[in-house]
This record gives sequence, C-alpha cells and structure tokens, in this order.
Amino acid sequence: MTTLNVNGRDVAVDLPADTPLLWALRDGLHMNGTKFGCGMSLCGACTVHVDGQATRACVTPLSAVAGKKVTTIEAVGDSDVGRRVQQAWIDLDVVQCGYCQSGQIMSATALLAKTPRPSDEDIDAAMSGNICRCGTYVRIRKAIRQAAGMPAEDAA
Amino acid sequence: MNFRIENVLQTSRRGFLKGSAGLALAVVAPGMAHAGTGAGPGIAGSSMVDGDFSPNAFLRIGTDNSVTVVSKHLEMGQGVYTGLATLVAEELDADWAQVKVEGAPADAGRYSNLFWKAQGTGGSTAIANSFEQMRRAGATARAMLVSAAAAQWKVPASQITVKSGVVSHAASGRKATFGELSEAAAKVAVPADVTLKDPKDFTLIGHSAPRKDSLAKTTGRATFTQDIKLPGMLTAVVAHAPRFGGKVKSVDDKAARAVAGVTDVVTIDNGVAVLARDYWTAKKGRDALKIVWDESSAYHGSSDAILADYRELAKTPGLVARKDGDAEAALARAGKVYEAEFAFPFLAHASMEPLNCVMKLDADGCEVWNGEQLHTGDQYALAKALSLKPEQVKLNMVYAGGSFGRRANPQSDYLLETAQIAKAIKGRVPVKLVWSREDDMRGGYYRPLYLHRVRAALDAKGMPVAWQHRIVGQSIIAGSPFEPMLVKDGIDATSVEGASTLPYAIPNLNVDLHTTNATVKVPVQWWRSVGSTHTGFSSEVFIDELAAAAGKDPVAYRLAMLAKHPRHAGVLKLAADKAGWGKPLAASADGKRGRGVAVHESFNSFVAEVVEVTVHKDGEFTVDRVVCAVDCGVAVNPDVIKAQMEGGIGYALAAALSGAITLKDGLVEQSNFNDYTVLRINQMPKVEVHIVKSAAKPTGVGEPGVPPLAPALVNALHAATGKRIRALPIGEQLQTT
Ligand code: FES
Ligand code: FES
Repeated sequence: MTTLNVNGRDVAVDLPADTPLLWALRDGLHMNGTKFGCGMSLCGACTVHVDGQATRACVTPLSAVAGKKVTTIEAVGDSDVGRRVQQAWIDLDVVQCGYCQSGQIMSATALLAKTPRPSDEDIDAAMSGNICRCGTYVRIRKAIRQAAGMPAEDAA
Repeated sequence: MNFRIENVLQTSRRGFLKGSAGLALAVVAPGMAHAGTGAGPGIAGSSMVDGDFSPNAFLRIGTDNSVTVVSKHLEMGQGVYTGLATLVAEELDADWAQVKVEGAPADAGRYSNLFWKAQGTGGSTAIANSFEQMRRAGATARAMLVSAAAAQWKVPASQITVKSGVVSHAASGRKATFGELSEAAAKVAVPADVTLKDPKDFTLIGHSAPRKDSLAKTTGRATFTQDIKLPGMLTAVVAHAPRFGGKVKSVDDKAARAVAGVTDVVTIDNGVAVLARDYWTAKKGRDALKIVWDESSAYHGSSDAILADYRELAKTPGLVARKDGDAEAALARAGKVYEAEFAFPFLAHASMEPLNCVMKLDADGCEVWNGEQLHTGDQYALAKALSLKPEQVKLNMVYAGGSFGRRANPQSDYLLETAQIAKAIKGRVPVKLVWSREDDMRGGYYRPLYLHRVRAALDAKGMPVAWQHRIVGQSIIAGSPFEPMLVKDGIDATSVEGASTLPYAIPNLNVDLHTTNATVKVPVQWWRSVGSTHTGFSSEVFIDELAAAAGKDPVAYRLAMLAKHPRHAGVLKLAADKAGWGKPLAASADGKRGRGVAVHESFNSFVAEVVEVTVHKDGEFTVDRVVCAVDCGVAVNPDVIKAQMEGGIGYALAAALSGAITLKDGLVEQSNFNDYTVLRINQMPKVEVHIVKSAAKPTGVGEPGVPPLAPALVNALHAATGKRIRALPIGEQLQTT
C-alpha cells in the first residue's frame, strides 16, 4: 500500500511498490487520462507533474512518489496556466486521434509554468520528448504561443 | 430488422462461396470511379429510441434538444466525427453546439460503407461515401420537424423556416426548439424524398466547424480501448513468437504463476498469454515465462537478402499492369537510357495507442470494445472463431489512438488473439488484451518492402518517350478476404496504384509487377496511402531526374505532360505559386538551400507539395517549410483538411527521414521509439496548406497528404546538393555518399 497525493487528494494504492505510477493511476486508481505509449520514457504520452515537474509516469515507480504531489490531466485545468493551455488547444483544434494529447498538455503546462514566454527553442526542448504520430506539432507550437499570449509565429 | 439480417447474411454467403476465410468485402478498387450512392440504407424507418426522436439510423433528437449523430466510421484522428456531423447538421439546420456524435455498432445493414457494401473505415472514403447519405439523414429529420410544427401551429409547412436549431413561423411569431418538437416529429411519416440544399446556402459545409472531439481529448476524458474497464476484467499480456510463423513447443510457467496477482497463463496459437488484474503484474508474469518455440515453420528471412533477391527479380519482366505503346522497344531504339533503382523498407504503423482489444464472452455471445475499423470483417471473423452467429458478436466502436491502417487488419489478428484468450479462460471474466510498444513494433503487418526499377528515354526535346516501371514486392491483398475484389490476373491493384495510374503523357508506358508472397512470409498490410507510399516516390523522383537530364524546370516539365489532367496541374501550379517557385530561396549562413516538388493523386484527391531544405556542411539537413496544395472536391471542413495535410506531412516525413523495420534472420531488429525513430516537434517544418476551390464530390483527405512529401524532399535535397537519394529512409546517406 503506497500513499500519495493525486490532484490534491491523498490516496492509497494497493499495488506493489515497483509498479510504475502510470499503471497505479490507470489500473489502481481508475484514472484514464494518463496514457500508455511506450513504457520506456520515449514518447511522453504518460506525462504527469510530480511536485510541479513534468515526469514520465511509465518509468516512475510508485515508491518514488510516495508522499509527493502528483497532478494529472484530470486536474491540470485547475491551475491558471493549465486552463489557458487547454483553452488554446481547443481554440486551435490541436487534437487528432488525441492519444498523445494528455501528455502534450502536461508538458506544455510545465513549460509555461516555468517559462511564461518561451522561445521556439524552449518549446522544442520542453516538447521534443512528446511524440505525436498524428503530426499535430504545427498546432501544438501555435497553441503554446497562444496560451503564453504570444503571436502565432516568431517575428524572426 | 429482418431486412437488416437478411442483408448481412447475403453478404456473408457471397463471401463464403468465394472460399475466403472471412467475409468478402466488396471494395471499390483505388482509383475506380465512385459507386452511385443515393440515399443508401439506414435512412428509411423513423422510430423512438429511449424517448428520443430517431428519424433514421444516423440521428437522434432528444427532448433535451440534443442532436446525436451516429457515426458509422471510426474516429482515429482524421476528423470524421466532425465531418459527418457537419453534413447532418447542415441539412438539419441544427445549432452546431447542440450536436453530439457517437460511434455506430456493427450493423452492416444500416451502417455499411457505401463504397464497400460492408461496414468499415479506410481508403479515405468516409466523407466521400457518406456525403449524400448524411445530408439526406439531416434533411429528412428537418422535414419531419417542419411537418410537426406545421401541424401543431396549423400553418403551411412552406412558411416555416429553420435556423440554428430553432423552427419558426414568422407571420405568427411562433418558435420551437428541436427538442420541443421531437415527440411530435417522431409520429410524422418519413418523407419519401427530400431536397438537399444548394451549396451556396451552406452555413457549415466549407466553414470549418470546430472539432467535436476537441474537448474530450484535451481533458483526458475521451475513451479509447485502453480505457475500457469492466467488472472483474483481467488484463492479458502476451509473449509472442519471436519469428513470424513460430509456435509454442513447451512452456514453463512456474515463475510466471508465482508472480502475485497472476490469475491465468494460457497458450494460444502464436504465444502465451498471462492474465492479471493490472497490466504491470501481467507483464511481470509474461517476462517470467520460459518458452521453447517450435520454429519448424517460422520465417527466417532478412531484409538485406530480400532486397538482393528482389534486385535479381527486377531484371526479368513481371506481370503487366499497364501497357501503353511498347516501352521496351522504344528503350531499345533510344540513344540513351536513364535508369534508377528505388528501395523501400518495411514500415510499422506505430500508432500512439499500442494495439489492444476488450472482449466479454458469455452464453449470449461476444461483446467487443475496440477502435473498430473493419466492423463487418471483424464481426464475421470473430463469429467463425467463436462458433457464434455474426449477430451474436456485438462490436462497440470507441476512439482509436491512431491507426494509419493497422486497425483494419484483414485477418482480424489482434481481435482473434483476444478471442483465443477469452475462450481459453472460458469467458470467466472480460479480458483486455494489451500489446506493449514492443509487441506492436514487432507484431508484423508492415508496409511491405519494395524494390522498383524504372527506365526511361527522352525525345529530342527532352520529353519522355518511354517509361518502363517494374515493381517487386509482397501483395497486401493476396490471401485476404479482399483478394477477389482487388487482385485481377495476378496483379494486386494496391501494389501498382500510383504507378499504373501515372498521369504524365508518355507514349510508351509500361508497368509490371513481381509479387513475392510465395517466398517472403512477413505479414504485411496497408499503411497510410498504401501503394502510393512507394509508387509516388519512385515516379516523382524519377520524373525529376528526367527534368534535370533534359535541363528543364521540374514544374514546367511536369505541366507539359499534364494537359489531360487538369486537377494534377491545378494543385501543382497552386503549390508552386504559393511557394514562390522560380524565385531564389533566401540564402542561409548555415548551409545550402534547396527546393523540390512532387504531385500525386491518391484516393481521388490531388496533392502537390513543395519542400524547402537547408543542408549543412556535415550533411545534416533541416526541412524548413512545406507548401501543400490539395484538391479534394468540396471542402467539407477546411480546417480538418489542413490538419490532415499537416499530419500526413509529419507522418510521411518521419518515414522518409528514418522509418525502417529491418529483419535479420527472421527477427525484427527494432523494438520501440529508440530504434524506430519517429518525427518530433523540433523536426516539424512550417506547413502551409492551400485548398483548391471545387464543386466536385468530396474525396478523401486522411491519406493523400502523405505520398508527395518524400519525393519532394529528396528532390529538394538534390537541388541543394546535386545528390539523388533513391533508397528510403534517407538516414545518413547525404553524409556517406
Ligand atoms: S509511456 Fe511513458 S514515455 Fe511513453
Ligand atoms: S493526436 Fe494522435 S498521436 Fe497526437
């Protein structure tokens, strides 16, 4: 039994301590928003925030998050930055299949929380761990800039 | 009801008579003209469903004023839920905000793809086959709402108007919502015919209605197969045979069963499944299995050896797929013959959601939750495997986290795998099969490996007089239920499409084909844009080579041969114009710039792309910008079309840069996104999409954005460096050649 704080609530998960946070969320807590894409920290579909840091839940054992604050897509909209990111995503119709988008939004929100006006390089650095096989990258970049209150494209 | 079942049975009988394993799906071959659509099935027959007004199978109007459109097609990212809802809402004059979409169950009688006579999604047909049918569904409901209002208000129906979900009578000032009229409308006779709007009156079609799935997919609430949870459900993780065709000889499952939480270990055709309440436990159990494989009929081929064999085969003539004039004779007469060999690797679809399937088996039958792309085929395959009647197989279609063709498996592979597991535990509890990324990457059903050899000769003016195009590779269709429809005289239409349909005016044009299924035993399947993934590349790169040999501008050279193909010419001109073709590219301090172009038709849509690159001194390059022009007939939702072009470009670029599944002694060398690298955001170019205004019937957009990208890129690299790449992926060829 591991106790952690998910989206502001203390919860106990009845799974072995080596179970990755991803499966603890999905199979233990029945929270489906965080997705499984690769299981090897290669695709970003499972991105959550652990104490505010974008973290790949598929390679983070439950034991490593005991007592920590985990935020998932289900609650990211509770923060102002998260809400703006989700709104920009909706305004620009970023999603296609949508399977990667929880992770994209979690990474984008972590970026803007730290870097409110990111450069294109900042966006590349923060987002290149998140694969989108549907190729929604053009819109992801635009949506991040919009959420940051920046013009759609760099003047440069 | 009877009508529906009869329909299905007829189809099935036809299928089994042809001797195929499953249902024969009547498919319109790529490039063939559209079958007539008409109203199609599913329109007649109004009813009340759970208190909602259900004027036909595609639409329900609730007393709460909600309009629910039932999508017969799978939403896998291509925007079809939004597109189909647009068509219904347009003719219904609904308010876009009141419209919801849900997936249709498997029911070929009502929900067949009108181009296929079976239910399924693919070949970029969703909007094309439904365009009239969905509009009619909306118009029928509208007429019934108007009749109900006219009767209630005792005014002539002709004086009633409908706008944004409100039915009004101006003279009396009466108004009602759809919800308020729904009960009365349900009692109105379904009109025999309805008039569809004049396109000039469209308020939704052509106006980029916002996607219906954005909110759910932005908040993590959209339900994919991976998200289905049923009471008592177990997760199954499978140890698959390492080589295609391998089987289990013996298994030592002691250690697996010792993993706390593992409930079952069962042997299936091509592996051993371990079941547990959660994925991680099941995976631990799977990893603890000790299996001895029976490889007596396993395939041990290697990509290198396959390619070498294909190269030999390409020296001899194959079966003729197209013969205009006599290319060989013209080549023999020519002073100089231009020749090139093109090579293409196996490609995995690598959708973001690894394959999975949920199944519940009980005395009544089987119920499935799946990103369901081939309803009818899967329904019949499952019925056969489980000794059920097709109507006992209930398929629930949920969102698919991508597919790119993979979820439309003609052998129903992962569904049958789930069925075997469910059967092995005697349906005790529902089962969710979950493939890991590695299972997905190594699970086969790839875009086949191909080799092309193209030879050509030019006339005195530098224009081609002879073009001989030879293709060597596996047939996707052979051995599948689609074979009777798509393989003619030994030629699989999908192996040669794009080459056999080359639009350029060349007097002596031959295309021939060697099909290698007898020797190469790798499971293969359609991959976003199918034959055009390779034929578009070889044709458009080689044409560029000929333009260079003739000293002509690549755009002008192509246009000179496209007089009879105005839609090809149209997109080519538009893309070239918008890209500033002919004007010098801005120089870069970082390296040499280059621009390349390609144009290709697939699934009756026409796309041209201009790619701009910068090649750095070390041979590394960046793809800076892609300008795309598309002609897909009426643009139902321009923003979705743009998204599909952007996405198609990204998907194609990933494959062009580094996509390759390679086999060595029958083992797939790749496993995950570390060694099957895909496009990341830092590699994504700027993309500009221009849509040709057209009144032609709408055609597909899911796939046609893919084929022109790789040839345009390679042509751009040539323009920058003078080096011509003919084998995909590009990889490090610029550094090493
Ligand atoms: S599932 Fe965690 S990074 Fe891919
Ligand atoms: S939207 Fe499909 S993988 Fe990103």
